[in-house]
Amino acid sequence: MHINITKYYYGDIPDAGNNNTHESTGHSTTSSWPLWEVFIRSKQGLDHKHAGSLHAADAAMAIENARDVYTRRQEGISIWVVESQYIHASNPDDAEMFYEPASDKVYRHPTFYDLPDEVKHM
Amino acid sequence: MNLKNLYHSFLLHLADSSLIIAQRNGECCAHGPILEQDIAITNITLDLLGQSRNFYQYAAQRLNEANGSSETEDTLAYHRGERDFKNFLLCELPNGDWAQTITRQFLFSCFQQLLFEKLSKSNDEHLAAIANKSLKEIQYHVKWSSEWVIRLGDGTEESHERMKKAIDYLWPYTGEMFMPATYDIINLEDLKSIWLNKVEAVLQEATLSVPANTFMHSGGKSGVHTEHLGFLLAEMQYLQRTYPGAEW
Amino acid sequence: MTLHDLEKIFQAKIDQEIKIEPKDWMPEAYRKTNIRQISQHAHSEIVGMLPEGNWISRAPSLKRKAILVAKVQDEAGHGLYLYAAAETLGISRDQMIDDLHSGKAKYSSIFNYPTLSWADMGAIGWLVDGAAIMNQVMLCRTSYGPYARAMVRICKEESFHQRQGFDALLVLSKGSEAQRAMCQDAINRWWWPSLMMFGPKDSESTNSDQSMKWKIKRKTNDELRQNFVDMIAEQIKLLGMTLPDPDLKWNEERKHYDFGEIDWTEFWNVVKGNGPCNKQRLDARRKAHTEGQWVREAAIAYANKKKEKSAAA
Repeated sequence: MHINITKYYYGDIPDAGNNNTHESTGHSTTSSWPLWEVFIRSKQGLDHKHAGSLHAADAAMAIENARDVYTRRQEGISIWVVESQYIHASNPDDAEMFYEPASDKVYRHPTFYDLPDEVKHM
Repeated sequence: MNLKNLYHSFLLHLADSSLIIAQRNGECCAHGPILEQDIAITNITLDLLGQSRNFYQYAAQRLNEANGSSETEDTLAYHRGERDFKNFLLCELPNGDWAQTITRQFLFSCFQQLLFEKLSKSNDEHLAAIANKSLKEIQYHVKWSSEWVIRLGDGTEESHERMKKAIDYLWPYTGEMFMPATYDIINLEDLKSIWLNKVEAVLQEATLSVPANTFMHSGGKSGVHTEHLGFLLAEMQYLQRTYPGAEW
Repeated sequence: MTLHDLEKIFQAKIDQEIKIEPKDWMPEAYRKTNIRQISQHAHSEIVGMLPEGNWISRAPSLKRKAILVAKVQDEAGHGLYLYAAAETLGISRDQMIDDLHSGKAKYSSIFNYPTLSWADMGAIGWLVDGAAIMNQVMLCRTSYGPYARAMVRICKEESFHQRQGFDALLVLSKGSEAQRAMCQDAINRWWWPSLMMFGPKDSESTNSDQSMKWKIKRKTNDELRQNFVDMIAEQIKLLGMTLPDPDLKWNEERKHYDFGEIDWTEFWNVVKGNGPCNKQRLDARRKAHTEGQWVREAAIAYANKKKEKSAAA
């Protein structure tokens, strides 16, 4: 006997018994707004930090949408947006050759140098 | 309510216009054309709601000082009837489509900006402070709504047509903003040409124009409204009316 | 590297609590499970705007109106963060919305119940958001990076939602007889559906569970549900109201509250689309989307025109 038991969680809503067989309809892309990445400077003197993404028809709208979506609670004083398709990212497969060679260059860090206590202001 | 003091009426007029258009915009919440814009117009709703509360609170304070009454922002918003509301007719008109919603906001915000610039220089420090705070919000409303007017006017054929329809419908309700009521304290005639220039410039960029029909409705400022307001208030005030005296 | 090796590396990362990021290798099933769950979560936020949005126009004071507007707006924001998190997995928002509108994708059944009185705004904040927060706090540590980060932001913002709900009920509980009755009625109607939000019982499940192994989920339905009952059973005392469950009783031995059996027939009925508002909610979402089509098209058309102009200049 074969019993099919599935475990469900809140946030994972079961569709058991729903004989809905709709497949997604292809949508027209004429109305799709591109995706933008949003970077926010939370206060003067700090870097812009990635806050999230959103959709907008153009850059001006993206900035305004970012203002409305990501600074509702005074989270920022400056906004950058860039269309997501223009972000170039390093490949995680290259992680080893990219980042590991830096691990043995301890001499780049100030704590590597053990100086006599008499040396001040360094 | 004793409104012999015209200044009280003026404060209520300001409060009512902000509240009624906020109530209309609030209807868009959860029904906007895209999530991002749902959030945007809801921010504007919150700004306008905040303005109305500031004006009602101030009006209540002034009324209570003058009459020994015990008005609050809520008695003023929820216990007055259709004939007592002094908002512009423009503010109570239905949302229609997105073109109508954003055009209504545009026409109103452009006016608000000019009016509030004047009010921010008022001798009444309290009023000036409210106007000043609101101005920052309004500048953004003008920017946001102007951009939408341009975008839709110069977008597709359909959006252009819809914008034309929206302007034709709303335009006859704009004249009222410049018709002085007994309680007005600002010379509105001065604002009219500045407003018209600003609006025309945006419409032009949107490849739209001011309608030829120059007939203007009026009545809102003196409490004679369209049929729409009664339903709006019935809905808005129903809990306060059904359970008099209850705290919420 | 063989598929098996990749899977081993992947699982090792999960076991070491290293987050999975969009461009990392992941099993196809992990991607699919996350897309399914994150998009359902997003849909729940968006559909969840409707029952509360219902009362914006009728909020009984200006302060309550402002709070409610801000709250429903937050839900739009949360839906947006979650759609964006799902998009990092290679599905577009349009696709997800299509799936919602076609009935293929699901959302939390709780939003298929009607909001019939003002007290429902309080009950939703206290019970429904309260139940959601149990799950969301756990999800802040979920293994997929973008989902976890979205949840951190959401949890920060949600903290006012439950409080305002309880506050609204507290005022009603101290109000007139009619208000107290309204308050109790709302609790009666929302209690069981809130418990159903945690999903079917653990006993209906297999032992090996992929979601737990992948740390998408970290607690079982029953654990979360029990935590929720323990919390609410104490809080309701402050309202002077009762929960509609004669079996609700503190169990000294378990150090937990015992509670009655959930009506699973009702649960499955609502899931299957027979809840009081299933059709109404989806119709409202479809209508907003359809009526927004020309707006979205116009914005793109205008943006393209401007691009062409600046290119020509």
